[in-house]
Amino acid sequence: MTTSDLAVDATGLVKRFGSFTAVAGVDLAIEPGEVFGVLGPNGAGKTTTLSMLATLLPIDSGRASIFGVDVASAPHQIRQLVGVTGQYASVDENLTGAENLWLFARLHGRTARQARALAADLLERFGLTEAAGKQIKDYSGGMRRRLDLGASLISSPPLIFLDEPTTGLDPRTRSHMWDTIRELVANGSTILLTTQYLDEADQLADRIAVIDRGLKVAEGTPSELKAGVGESTLQLRLSDKSLVEDAALLVKRTTGVAPVLTPEAGGLNVPLPDANKAADVLIALREADLSIMSAAVQQPTLDEVFLALTGHGTAESEAQSETESEEARR
Amino acid sequence: MSALTAERSIQAAKERLTPRPTPRETVSQTITMAWRALKKMQRNPEQFFDVIIQPLLFTAMFAYIFGGALAGGVKAYLPTIITGVLAQTSLTACMATGTQMREDMEKGVFDRFRSLPISRIAPLAGPMLADLLRYGIAATLTLLTGFAMGYRPGGGVGGVVAGWLLVVVAGWSLSWIFAWLGTVARSAQAVQGIGMMIMFPLTFLSNAFVSQHTMPNWLEHFVDVNPVTLVINAIRDLINQGQLTANVGWALLGCLVVVAIFAPLAVRSYSKKI
Repeated sequence: MTTSDLAVDATGLVKRFGSFTAVAGVDLAIEPGEVFGVLGPNGAGKTTTLSMLATLLPIDSGRASIFGVDVASAPHQIRQLVGVTGQYASVDENLTGAENLWLFARLHGRTARQARALAADLLERFGLTEAAGKQIKDYSGGMRRRLDLGASLISSPPLIFLDEPTTGLDPRTRSHMWDTIRELVANGSTILLTTQYLDEADQLADRIAVIDRGLKVAEGTPSELKAGVGESTLQLRLSDKSLVEDAALLVKRTTGVAPVLTPEAGGLNVPLPDANKAADVLIALREADLSIMSAAVQQPTLDEVFLALTGHGTAESEAQSETESEEARR
Repeated sequence: MSALTAERSIQAAKERLTPRPTPRETVSQTITMAWRALKKMQRNPEQFFDVIIQPLLFTAMFAYIFGGALAGGVKAYLPTIITGVLAQTSLTACMATGTQMREDMEKGVFDRFRSLPISRIAPLAGPMLADLLRYGIAATLTLLTGFAMGYRPGGGVGGVVAGWLLVVVAGWSLSWIFAWLGTVARSAQAVQGIGMMIMFPLTFLSNAFVSQHTMPNWLEHFVDVNPVTLVINAIRDLINQGQLTANVGWALLGCLVVVAIFAPLAVRSYSKKI
């Protein structure tokens, strides 16, 4: 490997909209070939940061370079290096799927014939061949996102920005989208991904930066972040509510920690410092003939991550998000 | 493994980098954008209502209402009214250009256009190029309505074709004003409102329908310098007289000045737009 520039190298990025500071000095260092997740609630400044890096918004202060090319002074080069997939699918409503891809391929300098072939390839790859002749306004949310992602790949950009790729998608479409993103990684693309979901960042990202109110509050691998936040819990419900006390004793003997009880529902919440303990608890219950109605392992949520990192939940930031997205649209 | 592939694709991409779009790329991207606009027109044919209905309606209406009073008969009024409506319809068509530009810019796909390594003028110039079709339709229908009503232009076939071309060119040039409005206004309705305010005085305070010599002195002076009057004079010289006069030169120069001022303004505010 030759000595290489960082895929994204940003220091002290600032963006203000009037008196509102959307991004208040964010540093990012992303290695080529990695999937970097930017995690934060609505209105934390994720999209604004991405827009600055993609030359869609001017940088108010700080500097950024992509593969060693300066963002502020060479926007045309940056646009050749980055493929952007927006939070809301940015494809043409009035055109069909095939026409959209053809249009973008032509704009990227392909001949009409190459563009047609490329469009067909991408439609096939994203499972949209059957919908090729349908106008985008008749597409479902998941189909739009897939087409949008396909459109971003036309120029095979070495760096891809995915702005909340699965927000608003149903779980099945979501996991389909995740598979698609994993394929991109396998092909060697560098990906900068923003998300509101901890599990999404966990599933896809090699490293995560947590952003809140325009500032980076933490950075690390998914497991480092989760370890900092605390443990998951095993949530159990017994078939026979009257046996809750017996079960609690058994659990304490197995894990060494007393579970939190909700006797009226026959429920026990067992803190799990180690996920393997979940199996031990379940086996112990089975051996004691204590039958359970349901069992679930609850991961720490984004809210809990936030609480742990910032001392406040995501709700406050939610209120700001309205202002930011409105400002950003202007 | 993946790191190696990444390295290679980055290297390849960096070698392909170009500093700015070439003129050839700009032209090709503009044509692609015009193709998109034509597709849109094809899918939303109601976009053609203004350029189809207005020429038919206004030509007939104004000719029958004003003809007797102003020229002593409908037929005698036709050389005035047809050329006047030609200018009027192309101005109205311009307004639609601005409104549609604004509506288009609010769509997500414009974000993508802005993120692509393409010429900044192409997303604006493309729809404007496609709109030539609308000006062509408007001018053709106005002339045909006139012919049906008995209009026999003195300029002959050559004069009519030249006049038709001038209408299309003038419409296209003036539409840059509305394109610029489209990029700075807050909403499509605002473009429409401002457009009306510009369009009505310009068309009615010109010699489109009535000779300026019948107006009060101060108004006559305004009409004389109104750019719409310039264009109408040129159209009349071409279509009614078949003469290539200085008026034609002034009209073309006026169009050139409008494009030279408003095209850069429109591109600039478009590039800054979010």
